[in-house]
Amino acid sequence: MGFEHVGKIIDKHQEKRTALITILHEIQDRYNHLPEEALRKVASRLKMDLNDIYGVATFYRSFSLVPKGKHSVTLCLGTACHVRGGPKILRELKKQLNIEPGQTTADKQFSLNVVNCLGVCAIGPVMFADGKFYGEMNSVKAKKIIEKLNKKRNEVKS
Amino acid sequence: MRKIKSVSDLERSQKDILLKQKQYEIVISVCGGTGCHAYGCKKVKDQFTKGLKNIGIKKNIRLRFTGCRGFCERGPIVTIQPQGIFYQRVQEKDVPLILSETIEKGKILEHLLYEDATTKRKLTSEKEIPFYQAQHRLVMGNNGLIEPTKIEDYIGIGGYQALSKALFQMKPEQIIHEIKASGLRGRGGAGFPTGKKWEDCRNAPGEIKYIICNCDEGDPGAYMDRSLLEGNPHTVLEGMIIGAYAIGASHGYIYVRHEYPLACKNAETAITQARRAGLLGKNILGSGFDFDLEIAKGGGAFVCGESTALIASIEGRIGEPRGKQIHMVEQGLWEKPTNLNNVETWANVPLIINKGSQWFSSIGTEKSKGTKIFSLVGKVKNTGLVEVPMGITLQEIIFNIGGGQQDGRRIKAVQTGGPSGGCIPASLFDLPVDFDSLTKVGSMMGSGGMIVMDEGTCMVDVAKYFVHFLQEESCGKCLPCREGLKRMGEILDRITEGKGNEEDLSLLEELAEVVADTSLCGLGKTAPNPVLSALRYFRPEFEAHIHQKRCPAAVCTSLIQYSISESDCTGCGACAKICPTQAIKGEKKQSHLILAEICSKCGSCIDVCKANAVMVQ
Repeated sequence: MGFEHVGKIIDKHQEKRTALITILHEIQDRYNHLPEEALRKVASRLKMDLNDIYGVATFYRSFSLVPKGKHSVTLCLGTACHVRGGPKILRELKKQLNIEPGQTTADKQFSLNVVNCLGVCAIGPVMFADGKFYGEMNSVKAKKIIEKLNKKRNEVKS
Repeated sequence: MRKIKSVSDLERSQKDILLKQKQYEIVISVCGGTGCHAYGCKKVKDQFTKGLKNIGIKKNIRLRFTGCRGFCERGPIVTIQPQGIFYQRVQEKDVPLILSETIEKGKILEHLLYEDATTKRKLTSEKEIPFYQAQHRLVMGNNGLIEPTKIEDYIGIGGYQALSKALFQMKPEQIIHEIKASGLRGRGGAGFPTGKKWEDCRNAPGEIKYIICNCDEGDPGAYMDRSLLEGNPHTVLEGMIIGAYAIGASHGYIYVRHEYPLACKNAETAITQARRAGLLGKNILGSGFDFDLEIAKGGGAFVCGESTALIASIEGRIGEPRGKQIHMVEQGLWEKPTNLNNVETWANVPLIINKGSQWFSSIGTEKSKGTKIFSLVGKVKNTGLVEVPMGITLQEIIFNIGGGQQDGRRIKAVQTGGPSGGCIPASLFDLPVDFDSLTKVGSMMGSGGMIVMDEGTCMVDVAKYFVHFLQEESCGKCLPCREGLKRMGEILDRITEGKGNEEDLSLLEELAEVVADTSLCGLGKTAPNPVLSALRYFRPEFEAHIHQKRCPAAVCTSLIQYSISESDCTGCGACAKICPTQAIKGEKKQSHLILAEICSKCGSCIDVCKANAVMVQ
């Protein structure tokens, strides 16, 4: 994989060190994770130590050093979602996908994430899958959504 | 929008905008808040756009996609002016009927109105709905009147008038005096007097100064900052420009959580528009004052809501806080004097400048002035964002506005202040909500999360939840927070698994004290609050877990068992079908049975049982 685009992102932010987090966000949006080669490029262009960049990339929860799955499933476990049964939904998602939060399925189809608040607390428990919010979730609905996303994938395959 | 070069230019622009808006006979507003988005408001809006084109209604109609209206639980919300009709739970399929009946014939559609739970009366307008009646929506109210992506809408309702007044009629010192006199205190949680902070920053030596808006709303269960920045970004900008002028800052940042993409987008749009209109950049409104703003995105770390961690994050470093002996107002961002306020605090500034400190300080209590927006969520009937005058009681918020219990279970507590706050028991619900009263009872007002808990909420589980939350979010810099929280979490894990013993509670209290006394930043210092307040008010629940190995709320999986009520079970078989471990047996139309030894206690059976026959004990 070439990383020409990384250079463009850094150019856009005029090699500013203060834009590091934004640069990393944009790299992740483009490549679905933070590839080592891209981080090396950032380090050399921003004249920063790779260790410091690695520190930032691993400190903030939004970043991932390994490729994320095609479908991203994020479950909110903020207080409001927690008291309305969020943990039950997490158990269901873990069972459906057979992975822990922060992991990606072996076939690179699904990534499961847990966040501390999505800020849609009034309609909790809330799940965010492939850019869409789902409110008033329960384990049955969670299962159906995963099945739907899975079906989409099979349709694409055939 | 063309460039506004002077005060008279701004006034002219407002007049032109109002004149243009007058031509609309009807305004349809679809709420575009994140809650309504989850319920499909985008489709509703698109359907309106399509419908208005197709049916060729002769009237002059404007369709508006507004910010959050607060009553998220009832979304998608659609209001129609001038009649002030309030439709709730509107779906795509309802749109043709709204157009043909309400818009064309002026007929009200009963089935889309809100029904009062007690009187069973259908209520037509927002003003009649109890959820809104007890509120005082000074800051949030404008969300429903404007489209957040249109600067013209904001100028139309008198936007940027406060800025014009500040720049041309007031000296920076006068503005600071006004903010001090208003009694405005920081809405982010700590409640520090805003005017004092501004004054300290203005007086700090140094040519270059910064201001920052904190929208790293990390408190779980709170989303008012998001809704403000999404729904009315220009008011936040206006507050910041006034603040920058008063403090003498030339550059500012809005630090937004990465989890809030719409807030980032709307703030970005607002900045671009304000720059084009001459309200940001060089020579603002022809006053000679220069100021510019940019967005800094967070990376999903709760600790970055802490001021010193936040500036580390803007500087592109890991978000570790530093000691507070060096004051931000003297040495903040890049070692320069920096003033940081929360979104809601900034949004209050234009109001105070427009209407005066005396007006503002007439609202609220002696030491807490103005209104506060709360996110009323959890086990309460009406969930959403509520803005109330300070000093209102918890009882009024939870029962009059919130409508009380959600599904027949008695409300037993409310959690305020997020992971830094605590749980307040129902016996104290007559407390006035202000900065000082809530602190006295071991919680805090915090940024405004209000999570209602009922008999189905286990307080030990809630305490455990917060400790694990903070343990994960601890940056790891100082030992008491890093290790102390880990050990507290282990003790709570033990208790909820039925392995707790007599000494655990005193050990927990001792650890809590050490973590609070010796941690470096606010995260660690306040981390034990949820545990201590739970122990203070709900100790019998902890004791039941330890001594009787029982979870009274039936939440802690190690201590509960599922069973099916023979008399209630209809034998539909839905539970047996969904059960992942095949632990449910029974013939069709016969009462079913759960085999305790195989049951994984996932709770799927409860979710599918229509007869409410599944019991947890």
